[in-house]
Amino acid sequence: MNSVVAGITYRAVLGRRRVFLLLLLPLVLIGLALLLRAVGSTDERATVTLMQVYAIGTMLPLLGLIAGTGTIAPEIDDGTIIHLLSKPISRPVIATTKFAVAASMLALFAAVPTFIAAYLLIGDEAGIASGFAVGALVGGIAYAAVFLLLGVVTRHAVTIGIIYAVVWENLIGGYVPGARNFSIQQWAQTFAAQITTSGFFKATVGMGFAVPAVLIVTIGSVVWAGQRLRSLSLTGDA
Amino acid sequence: MNIELGQVSRWYGNVVAVNDVTMTVGPGVTGLLGPNGAGKSTLLHMMAGFLAPSTGTATLDGKKIWRNHQIYRSIGLVPEREAVYGFLTGWQFVLSSARLHRLPSPEDAAAKALAMVEMEDAKERRIETYSKGMRQRVKVAAALVHDPQVLLLDEPFNGMDPRQRLHLMDLVKELGAAGRTILFSSHILEEVERVAQQIEVLVAGRHAASGDFREIRRRMTDRPHLFHVRSSDDRRLAAALIADPSSGAVSVGEAGLEVQAVDFRRFTWLLPRVARDAGVSVWQVSPADEDLESVFSYLISGSTR
Repeated sequence: MNSVVAGITYRAVLGRRRVFLLLLLPLVLIGLALLLRAVGSTDERATVTLMQVYAIGTMLPLLGLIAGTGTIAPEIDDGTIIHLLSKPISRPVIATTKFAVAASMLALFAAVPTFIAAYLLIGDEAGIASGFAVGALVGGIAYAAVFLLLGVVTRHAVTIGIIYAVVWENLIGGYVPGARNFSIQQWAQTFAAQITTSGFFKATVGMGFAVPAVLIVTIGSVVWAGQRLRSLSLTGDA
Repeated sequence: MNIELGQVSRWYGNVVAVNDVTMTVGPGVTGLLGPNGAGKSTLLHMMAGFLAPSTGTATLDGKKIWRNHQIYRSIGLVPEREAVYGFLTGWQFVLSSARLHRLPSPEDAAAKALAMVEMEDAKERRIETYSKGMRQRVKVAAALVHDPQVLLLDEPFNGMDPRQRLHLMDLVKELGAAGRTILFSSHILEEVERVAQQIEVLVAGRHAASGDFREIRRRMTDRPHLFHVRSSDDRRLAAALIADPSSGAVSVGEAGLEVQAVDFRRFTWLLPRVARDAGVSVWQVSPADEDLESVFSYLISGSTR
């Protein structure tokens, strides 16, 4: 971890228009919670649905994409990353720092609002608020790592990330049960299910699979991103 | 410190960008001269650890450059691309460089580097408000902050106004005179001549010539020159010119005369006199092959064209 790299990365991500996207999605979540509260649907079932479909199913992967790719891909695209890479700092340290920045932003913009939204509806009844907040945190960490890696290995990180989240996790995962095993969203739900006692919610992937999967994917992605950064090539115009 | 390239080639797919280049860049100022697209940036990126040679070796004092972040303790790099973190002020940018180098006193180092490039007045402004020349200078300051033994600059004088250019040229010369190894790329001969003691010429990916500027200058001027001449009586002028041994060949065409001058100096001296004596008015004399590319291709082929 390097504090100078972290500081520049925070300013780069939060200073651009991206910050509005990072804010918009959780604001919509809290807005929906307030709306449900206003119309009186503050029951457990509605809360679980909001958490499953919007908080974990939509907001989390999109925020993961914005924060994960946003901490590195724009800098590689415009070449500003040379400022960090032409220093006697190991590249894996730079990758790890960028991952930590992305993960911390997901904790702030995904996990915290998830807790607030659920809490607004039903307090911490049946551990739904804390369960989904933990799920969002764990899922956010895994998304941060995977999308950071995508940002390093390809210039089409956002497109590929959206295809993964929408087509694989939501579309194929909806019809093919086996695909759910390889879905960060599902792993997040597995962690949520460990804490919540709600009868309206059951995870499809077991802890025995989700825990090693999250660890392997997260650590593997960060290590791989660091190695790819070591061989980052500048293809000059000439 | 020495940067050594040993039979380095680099290709992208089927395109060869750098072809079998062997050179040693030692203390002092070296200019890497070549037309656009000659492979200067590719070569510089391999020296800076941002590109792996396809074959051959690139080392800094015997240590491999590629995938070795320790080299940046000794190397300062000024990339050609303008992009820097625009949201930082000049001061923050140079200070971040000092901190990334873990210098014992980053503030002092940053202040000193900014003073070297005369950017103290604008240091509190965000870089996005800077002109191209100011960005270039602040990049130089960030590259110099750790007082590196080796400085690599990719087209550093581009976009600078004449005063800034002279200032940076003087700075580069001073640093070179102090024993640092400095390499900068440029496609402008005059620029390289003014600053560099040693010139390496790169054309179409090949190491075309090497030497001090006198040597390069001599090879560029002592060669047949081709001129287009238009006059009131081309045929009479042609006859008068061919009588002198400084003209190698003269041809008369629709658009005027084409004269190949074997002896450049004598020809430029001779032409107005011959025209006057023959009673011919010369309307236009233009070099047909003066562009840098043709000069370079001459250097490469080493033969009469």
